[in-house]
Amino acid sequence: MTDDQLRLGELLRDLTPQVLGILVRRGADFAAAEDAVQEALIEALRHWPAEEPDAWPDSPRAWLVTVAGRKLVDAQRSANARERRELRVHLEPDPGPSEQADDTLLLLSRCCHPALAPASAIALTLRAVGGLTTAQIAEAFLVPEATMAQRITRAKRTVSGQRFDRPGEVGAVLRVLYLVFNEGFTGTVDLAEEAIRLTRQLAGATDDPEVDGLLALMLLHHARRRARRTPSGAVVPLAEQDRSLWDTEMVAEGVEVLQAALARDALGEYQAQAAIAALHDDAASAEETDWPQVLEWYDELLRLAPGPVVALNRAVAVGEVDGPLAALRQVEGLPADLPRRDAVAAWLHERAGDRDEAARLYRLAAERATNVAERDHLTRQASRLHTAG
Amino acid sequence: MAKYLLLKHYRSSHAIAKDELVPMDQWTPDEVTAHIEFMRMVADELRERGEFVDGQALSPEGTFVRYDGEGRPPVTDGPFAETKDLIAGWMVVDVDSQERAYEAAARLSSAPGAGGQPIHEWIEVRPFLGEPPVVTE
Repeated sequence: MTDDQLRLGELLRDLTPQVLGILVRRGADFAAAEDAVQEALIEALRHWPAEEPDAWPDSPRAWLVTVAGRKLVDAQRSANARERRELRVHLEPDPGPSEQADDTLLLLSRCCHPALAPASAIALTLRAVGGLTTAQIAEAFLVPEATMAQRITRAKRTVSGQRFDRPGEVGAVLRVLYLVFNEGFTGTVDLAEEAIRLTRQLAGATDDPEVDGLLALMLLHHARRRARRTPSGAVVPLAEQDRSLWDTEMVAEGVEVLQAALARDALGEYQAQAAIAALHDDAASAEETDWPQVLEWYDELLRLAPGPVVALNRAVAVGEVDGPLAALRQVEGLPADLPRRDAVAAWLHERAGDRDEAARLYRLAAERATNVAERDHLTRQASRLHTAG
Repeated sequence: MAKYLLLKHYRSSHAIAKDELVPMDQWTPDEVTAHIEFMRMVADELRERGEFVDGQALSPEGTFVRYDGEGRPPVTDGPFAETKDLIAGWMVVDVDSQERAYEAAARLSSAPGAGGQPIHEWIEVRPFLGEPPVVTE
């Protein structure tokens, strides 16, 4: 592809959710609007010469809204000839930046509707807002394209039918974006980057500091992506990462976004998580980590979002501040089937000098690992203790 | 979302007791057809729900094979048609919860057998090991 073709592709991808959002806000059925936008995109590719950006419409978005609006009316007419209803689709261009912002949130909150299971919300969000193809989403989640197409169709059906002119709860949207980010990189599509792109869009469209908190959290973690795995794919724990591989520009941006959010004095769980990530990113070496402050933020996080996973991560910080025995007492109170509990306990026992118990727990943790990279890492830890002992 | 392997066994520690089970070759042809149709229907249902990943049937005949040293041909043992645990086939689903994976397995297990009655066979459900999450701290 040439640069111009790439630029056209990117432009259309950015405009897709905006155009869809405008049609939905004007009362169009979600599934029908999505089809109409797809058809408008095909028209755009047919009529806009990729090599001559000067010949593209002055307002590409207005052009797409007009064409998609027409397609929608056509579809409505042919689908429902007996009962011709006039669609309240006005074809005037450019609704202006503030409305555009509303549309992004409106569309996202529709795709992340609480009635949808997470997997369906994720698929619909990536399709309708992210503008990814069904094939790309299918590849990212390692399922056949036909299966993903069905998942998206069902999701659309679930959220269709109800008129939707008021953005829903931002929290549901943030949860879905966080899940997309945490999927990481599995196929040709970098879902972490996609999640950052969407969260950035949302942050520009809302003034909820938790949206900025989530964006900061993503940036502060994504900055470490090059250090997180060895070239062969093995997991490198935070303490052992080569920090010179961290993306300092991204860290700086994350810190800036976080500070602006914190300054607004409406703390939430994503801001607290981002603050913890920022403290790690800020340390030039693992030894220089400001653990007392990390622990304070975990106390805050536990208050904002109580749960065993947070309590387990807090125990790691307790281990650094008050020593492994204090931390082990915390871990003992946590559910036995909590993922990574054995791995944390193993690490604490090793620090407390009980290598046999550490080896036993690493082995147990490896057996219970839910992913290959973690299992292999834990197996290596167990074997390290055996061979060194 | 997590992937699960649904394993269908012909014989295993969880096979139906011999005297309870009418072997498939003693069903009527229509009963055999109904059973196979049912399996196809369940796959279609899962596809329609956006949960189907893959499904295959396996030949009952298997051979054990192992390495026998540099430059030597592989050692084989078999083929065997009668083994202690025989895997008949599998289905892979991508579902929202373990509960939903169990539900899909139970649906498969309700396939009709002799007399059109559900055969209640055990389906083994095994979670896949996935990718590690990005955020762990």
